[in-house]
Amino acid sequence: MTLATDAAAGRPSVPRRSIRTPYPTWFFLPAAVIYGVLFLFPTLASLFFSMTRWTLFNWTFIGFGNFIQFFNEPFLVGGLINTLIYATLTSGLKVVLGLLFGVLLTSEIWARDYLRSVVFFPVLVSTVGVGITFTVLMHPTEGLINESLALIGVRGPGWLTDPRLALISVALVDVWKGVGLATVIYIAGIVSIPRDYYEAARIDGTNSMQRFWNITLPLARPATVTVVLLSLIGGLRSFDLIWSMTRGGPGFTSDVIASVIYKQYQAGFYGLSTAGNVVLFILVALIIVPLSIFLNSREVSR
Amino acid sequence: MSPQRQYISGVLAILVSTVVFVIPFIFILLTALKDKKEASLRTFSWPTSFHIWDNLVQVIKARDYMLLTAFVNSTILTVASVALMVVFGAMVGFVLQRRPSIWTSIAGFFVLVGLIMPPAVVPTIWVLQSLGLFKTLHGMILIEVAYGLSFSILLFRAFVATIPRELDEAATIDGAGSLQLFFRIILPLLKPVVVTVIVVQSVAIFNDFTNPLYYLPGKQNVTVQLTLYNFQSMFDTSYNLLFTNVLLITIPPLIVFLFFNRQIVAGMTAGAVKG
Repeated sequence: MTLATDAAAGRPSVPRRSIRTPYPTWFFLPAAVIYGVLFLFPTLASLFFSMTRWTLFNWTFIGFGNFIQFFNEPFLVGGLINTLIYATLTSGLKVVLGLLFGVLLTSEIWARDYLRSVVFFPVLVSTVGVGITFTVLMHPTEGLINESLALIGVRGPGWLTDPRLALISVALVDVWKGVGLATVIYIAGIVSIPRDYYEAARIDGTNSMQRFWNITLPLARPATVTVVLLSLIGGLRSFDLIWSMTRGGPGFTSDVIASVIYKQYQAGFYGLSTAGNVVLFILVALIIVPLSIFLNSREVSR
Repeated sequence: MSPQRQYISGVLAILVSTVVFVIPFIFILLTALKDKKEASLRTFSWPTSFHIWDNLVQVIKARDYMLLTAFVNSTILTVASVALMVVFGAMVGFVLQRRPSIWTSIAGFFVLVGLIMPPAVVPTIWVLQSLGLFKTLHGMILIEVAYGLSFSILLFRAFVATIPRELDEAATIDGAGSLQLFFRIILPLLKPVVVTVIVVQSVAIFNDFTNPLYYLPGKQNVTVQLTLYNFQSMFDTSYNLLFTNVLLITIPPLIVFLFFNRQIVAGMTAGAVKG
């Protein structure tokens, strides 16, 4: 409203209609209604329904019963741990590989445009399509990956059939699909670093490793923050790749919270499914909020 | 780098990236070309005979032309939700940037919440059901708008900051109301970021699997990603058909990639360079 009064003070003779702010709050309305009804309200309602036994038509309030059940079932707790492993692994690998590719693809390497396109394209491809393709490629005996390994005399593992490996294999495919995004984010970050810094450092007689550690890495920090946060958010709520590759199997060894939510929903345990959803909210909030405050507070001064 | 090292590292990079990133796509293509028997071997080999046409016809005819229904549904879903998202998102981004107040900071907070928080699935189904929107394309469109708004608003807000305020003032003095100002002056100037939002969100919605799985069950409502999921079990032994389907749904993103690569990268890297 300050704007409107300023304008009025400057031109006291204009009629009242045109003094109104040109930035009306009702512009929020359509977006706010859709967001409020279909996102915000269900999110708030989930806090209540997570404490009920629920059939969508009627509910019985059971307090923290669903949460107690959630943390007592080994496979549900396993889902929680797997979510953490999956998110950390994919996020870590995306940062390391994304930075590596970013540095490589901003250097004067051959066929730079080809390499950028090839690394980035999987980002746009359907996750389910990627999942199906890699399920076939990762087949323990007839998959292309193990057949190629056999050619050089290595006996490949059962990528998706070995209980200890299934989650990691899916995470690797996730990295394969998502590293292109991390790479283009790093490329944007690295390109924005002024060239003079590298020139000055070169004149001072530094080698390329020193320039990487002392210029590129600290000054690409905004890119690192973006990649870490984006891939953690994505990793914590990841569902489609896991579902299309293993359905949480073998057993429950590659179940994550998002797939637990879906399984409980399918089984008709709506209250328990919603409790899983609340656990996921809390997990995301507990990790992302402090992390983003921490990462954004330590901006490097240029 | 010395020219020789540059040469070696270049060749090595091309080789490794081709093996890691291109071969899976060639595998999809080769398998889609084969007949059922040859495809079932799942080898990386040149097809002895080409069956892409038969495979295409079979995949399209499967389950009463389900794939065609799916392409129609996915197209409607994508076009409608992106259109709403652009208009509503740009309106919010405009006012958010232009008018800082306590309300705009609250709105900004909700934008971030929408960006970070996963949706509460079953309560959303409950809400949709009470509104009569569950299992309808309309409901699905609104859901995609609700989930995609946050990201669009952030892009729009950042871009509005580059449009000088003097322009608004000039238009207002000339007698433009807020609607005229927004639709006739601001929105046309937002064109570059509108293109970015359209491209990025179209790819995201076209590829969306999880949300239609929850909110849009039923044979009539099937979307492209769900056909693939349904065919996964149906074509368990017919790898040629499964991969023909994979190939078909990879083509739209490929076209987008060829024409709008720059806009996609611009949209997706928006947060990378601050200050």
